[in-house]
Amino acid sequence: MGRYIIRRLIQAIPVLLGSTLLIFATVFVLPGDPIAALAGEKRADPTIVAILREQYHLNDPFFVQYWNYISGVFQGNFGRTFANVEVSEIMAGKFQVTLNLAMTALILEAIIGVGLGLWAALRRGKATDSAILASTLVLISIPTLVTGFVLQLILGVQLKQSFGIDFFPVAGISEGWRSYLVPGFVLAGTSIAYLTRLTRTSLVETLRADFVRTAVAKGMSRRRVVGRHALRNALIPMVTYLGADLGTLMGGAVITESIFNIPGIGQELFRSVYERQQPVVVGIVTILVLVYILANLIVDLLYAVLDPRIRYE
Amino acid sequence: MKKTATDVLPAEGGLGNDPLLSVEDLHVEFATRAGLVKAVNGVSYTLSAGETLAVLGESGSGKSVTAQAIMGILDMPPARIPKGAIRFQGTDLLKLSEEARTQIRGRRIAMIFQDALSALNPVFTVGWQIGEMFRVHQGMSKRDAEKKAVELMDRVRIPAAKQRVHDFPHQFSGGMRQRIMIAMSIALDPEVLIADEPTTALDVTVQAQIMELLAELQRESNMGLILITHDLGVVADVADKIAVMYGGRIVENAPVHDIYRRPAHPYTKGLLESIPRVDLKGQDLYAIKGLPPNLLDMPTGCAFHPRCPYRQDNCVTSVPELYEIDPNRSSACHYWREVLDGTDE
Ligand SMILES: Nc1ncnc2c1ncn2[C@@H]1O[C@H](COP(=O)(O)OP(=O)(O)OP(=O)(O)O)[C@@H](O)[C@H]1O
Ligand SMILES: [Mg+2]
Repeated sequence: MGRYIIRRLIQAIPVLLGSTLLIFATVFVLPGDPIAALAGEKRADPTIVAILREQYHLNDPFFVQYWNYISGVFQGNFGRTFANVEVSEIMAGKFQVTLNLAMTALILEAIIGVGLGLWAALRRGKATDSAILASTLVLISIPTLVTGFVLQLILGVQLKQSFGIDFFPVAGISEGWRSYLVPGFVLAGTSIAYLTRLTRTSLVETLRADFVRTAVAKGMSRRRVVGRHALRNALIPMVTYLGADLGTLMGGAVITESIFNIPGIGQELFRSVYERQQPVVVGIVTILVLVYILANLIVDLLYAVLDPRIRYE
Repeated sequence: MKKTATDVLPAEGGLGNDPLLSVEDLHVEFATRAGLVKAVNGVSYTLSAGETLAVLGESGSGKSVTAQAIMGILDMPPARIPKGAIRFQGTDLLKLSEEARTQIRGRRIAMIFQDALSALNPVFTVGWQIGEMFRVHQGMSKRDAEKKAVELMDRVRIPAAKQRVHDFPHQFSGGMRQRIMIAMSIALDPEVLIADEPTTALDVTVQAQIMELLAELQRESNMGLILITHDLGVVADVADKIAVMYGGRIVENAPVHDIYRRPAHPYTKGLLESIPRVDLKGQDLYAIKGLPPNLLDMPTGCAFHPRCPYRQDNCVTSVPELYEIDPNRSSACHYWREVLDGTDE
């Protein structure tokens, strides 16, 4: 197992290199001069621009720049912005905010998605089942932007004005964990729908398996047959989906954070692309890639825990 | 007061002369998109303690469905039991509540399935799965249940049971897995054991060992054994009597030796003639002509008539009842005498 983890981490290196190179190149070819942008509307003094360009190695060939950057990353140094702030410093606090958001989304996804999926599976073919399936379709087809603004309006404005209920903050993060509830739900929206469907299918299939029939023949109660024998097997694809989704949720935070004005890395990424803060953009993407890789590794390890037929050497 | 299911259950040991288990005129049908599948159309057989009944018949003849009806593990719907009775020590199981049936299932009537790999849960150790019988039904502690599991694994002769109790089903060979199924099914000393083609998925040498094990366990515990198979060769050694099924009906009931010597139904006769025989080596194997009946649209009269060499006009119009040949034998053929006489002693 330990050797497997090490091998997987080594395999992750080319993935990390490839994806950062790609993003580095993309940022490199973006039009506009970051140093000029630094000066804002005014025209910058050409001598200062030349000094700054030298200082930030902007005149070096592309691969040299990339090499300087990536070797820094491997030493935990994400470089400095053009305004001379440590990139890692910018990311540190914001990463935590986005992680909070993504974890909230993940927890909501797990509770709602699994709950609805199980409910639908146990009422297969009945009205409840159809209603749940239909609502997942609706959830999948509505863009995040729409759910975001609609919920903001209903929960943040109407609920407060009509009923005086102010439980769901819909902007900023000043209310602690409660601030993350609505944005988390919006972020998780489509994932909830997919997980619901996956859970339902998975349990329905498992309930048809021979070993479920064996459990019934052993005289086990329906509760035990479903809750122990079937669910334990149905769990495997569900957990896999949930784990892999953590990366997706962190990446998807860009839109949600802008809607709800949440100061996470999504918002920061958006601004940095706009301001051509090359080091920040690459830094954030690198972190996101890392999260993806780690999440997938954890999923694979969980897989082996849940399914004894899988062994990693 | 909590109502216990045992209040309504048949007493252990049985009542007087009632057979241990008797299936009476059982009908099972499935509502499917294509229509009503009449899988079982009036099956009757009986089983006494210590007796082995072999249920024989080609694929689709309703052997498994009958067994599942006895166990009460049919999914209803789509299955329906419009008619019939399944008496276990005198009590009609079909009239019991689901709760009462759960009490009987696994404890007093147990079942072994064909493919042990898919019939065992892949994510639990075999010890857990065998031990579950004791934990759930007898409230035993984890440790005691595991000890019991090891004992049972020893009893079905799984080598190194003590170490292997923590292994998962996929870590065993096919024969060993079927032994685990058997261990699980006999855990609570059931009075009836139904084995649905327990050896079909195994290779020949292992088949013989498993059959031997079943026979031995049955002798030790005096349970009634229903052995479902389409392998006539297996049957001769272990069965006391045979019920032959065709199109969801019993076509012949007989003690095992009678049936081999003188079948009383054309279908049984055909089955026997299709067994490969050493003395007829080199000749073409006999095969019953035609196809099994379509359960959605059964032939009129005797279901076997389209394939029967003895067919007369009335076979097409009237359904033959099970004619009694002698107290132990019956045949659902209008012309059973001709069939009997047509076989050399
Ligand atoms: N759930 C179901 N829905 C519809 N039809 C079914 C269902 N289960 C069984 N049947 C039908 O009932 C008939 C009898 O099936 P059964 O499994 O009892 O046959 P069998 O005699 O055990 O055959 P085999 O030797 O292949 O196991 C088959 O034609 C089958 O298609
Ligand atoms: Mg069968």
